[in-house]
Amino acid sequence: MSTTTTRDATRPAPAEVPGAGRRRKGVRGSTLSFWIFTGPFLIGLVIFVYIPIGWSAWLSFFEARYTVTPDKFVGFENYELMLTNGDFTGSLVTFTVFAAIIVPVTWALSLGLALMVHRLRFMQAFFRSVFFLPTACSFVAASLIWKMSLFSGVRFGMMNTVLGWFGVENIAWLADPNPPWYWLVIVSVRLWLQAGFYMILFLAALQNIPPELYEAAAIDGARPGWQTFRHITLPQLRATSTAVILLLLVAAYQAFDEFFNLLSKTTWGRPPLVELYYTALGDDQDYGAGSAGAVILTLLICMVTLLQGRFLGFGRGDDSK
Amino acid sequence: MLGSAGLYFATAVCALLFLVPFYLIVRNALSTDAEITGENWQWFPTTVQWGNLTELFDDATVPFGRSLWNSAVVGVLHTLGTLLVCSLAGYGLARIPYRHADKIFYAVLVTLMVPAAVTFVPSFVLVSSLGWVSSMQGLIVPGLFSGFTCFLFRQYFLGFPRELEEAARVDGLGYWGAYWRIVVPNSLNFFAAIATITFISGWNAFLWPLVIGQDQEAWTVQVALSSYMTNQTVNFHLIFMATAVSILPLVLVFLFLQRWLVQGVAQTGIKG
Repeated sequence: MSTTTTRDATRPAPAEVPGAGRRRKGVRGSTLSFWIFTGPFLIGLVIFVYIPIGWSAWLSFFEARYTVTPDKFVGFENYELMLTNGDFTGSLVTFTVFAAIIVPVTWALSLGLALMVHRLRFMQAFFRSVFFLPTACSFVAASLIWKMSLFSGVRFGMMNTVLGWFGVENIAWLADPNPPWYWLVIVSVRLWLQAGFYMILFLAALQNIPPELYEAAAIDGARPGWQTFRHITLPQLRATSTAVILLLLVAAYQAFDEFFNLLSKTTWGRPPLVELYYTALGDDQDYGAGSAGAVILTLLICMVTLLQGRFLGFGRGDDSK
Repeated sequence: MLGSAGLYFATAVCALLFLVPFYLIVRNALSTDAEITGENWQWFPTTVQWGNLTELFDDATVPFGRSLWNSAVVGVLHTLGTLLVCSLAGYGLARIPYRHADKIFYAVLVTLMVPAAVTFVPSFVLVSSLGWVSSMQGLIVPGLFSGFTCFLFRQYFLGFPRELEEAARVDGLGYWGAYWRIVVPNSLNFFAAIATITFISGWNAFLWPLVIGQDQEAWTVQVALSSYMTNQTVNFHLIFMATAVSILPLVLVFLFLQRWLVQGVAQTGIKG
């Protein structure tokens, strides 16, 4: 199912007409129907997606503090301000580090969980539920548990208590960037929240691998385990892996909730969205600079998405299957 | 590879690790502050503090009950609205012939390139100029027009058996009639899967409600939870009771609809 749909995304909608008899009766009639069906959505899309993006691009060339109807044109000043602002460029670095860690780690963990659950003969549904359950939690709720109970900097935090049994001194997980323990907190919270979701995708893909492939491999003398995994399972999961990596990257772009809640008062570990939040809605309410930042970020993401598509062969991998 | 016993052992260890945070929520929600912050780690509360629940709703500093109500209203209306608007558009794009349909579909696809979270600054600017800050419509309306959900519906309707609709059309139903009488009743599983996923993401949404909910009256449950993290006075038992209450509805949904939800995710989630 997935293979055809991803390919469809890159193709125009089929402009075919159902039933030759209908055709004469009126392209006009179906044109009206088309607009009745799609009109409400398209109007909303224009008002709440296209206009904001356009308005943002316009605002980014004005000095707009505390106002959304500015009159002072400043050219590229806001862009200059953002690009020379160490906090903003630093946030791009933070995001890059975050994505470089979270994408491969989630990929590996969710695939590992899927392989384990897939091989279980009893209680498969039970373990699948346990790993899937964190998806029900919000980032805010999970951040609360992580910050105030699991990785609390004082002794009553669970991690410090457990480490204390082994004689390890209290660790200030979030309050000190040297060493950067906060990455452990941030990565683990997201890992817990999202691994189960991607595990389900891998499980579905694993169940679609024809068992004959493994039988044939066994006849050819491949030992079960690493050999069959490398030469059969992994290649068969290629389409799913590509989709998972893409979804993980998109999810990483959107990182806001856990950073904002775990590290709100600190100056380290700020991804772009948190930085933009403070720029546009912080004390300055600088919509001009905030808009410039949003435009820069949007352009970056579009560029990365296109590169990714080319690099991962998104939509192309389906043909090989 | 692992033997069967080894496999079960490894899986059980992982499962235990995944359950630790849930255990912490329940333990903390039903303990006193002294037990939560005590020097000596306690695995279980000495006496279960059910009173924390009533105390949570009586606490005046954070309007928790109000925020729960807001989240429920926003979640339900957001889900119904998204289903209606996006399914109609998906059906129109998939099934109704129109010369420029492909161009319009591209215009929808382009919006997928720009993650919704990045547009929060421009969206806030727009919504505040409409005077919708801290209002229900500000929380609900901008989120209804999801290019992604529209895309999912279009893909689904492309795979819907055409013969069923054609039979209806021969019987004299127009597109509208065929849609409501034939297509929707035969697609309830898909609608329910999308509804569940939409409701969950709406309930758990944080950035937009935080941006829009500037008055306490308009807080959703996630914004209320977050406010505990910046509070001067920290009432651990209340915070964790609030967390438990905010998670419970979704955990129940997950447990009861689990098998079906898994199918929905496996079918729809991958289409991104």
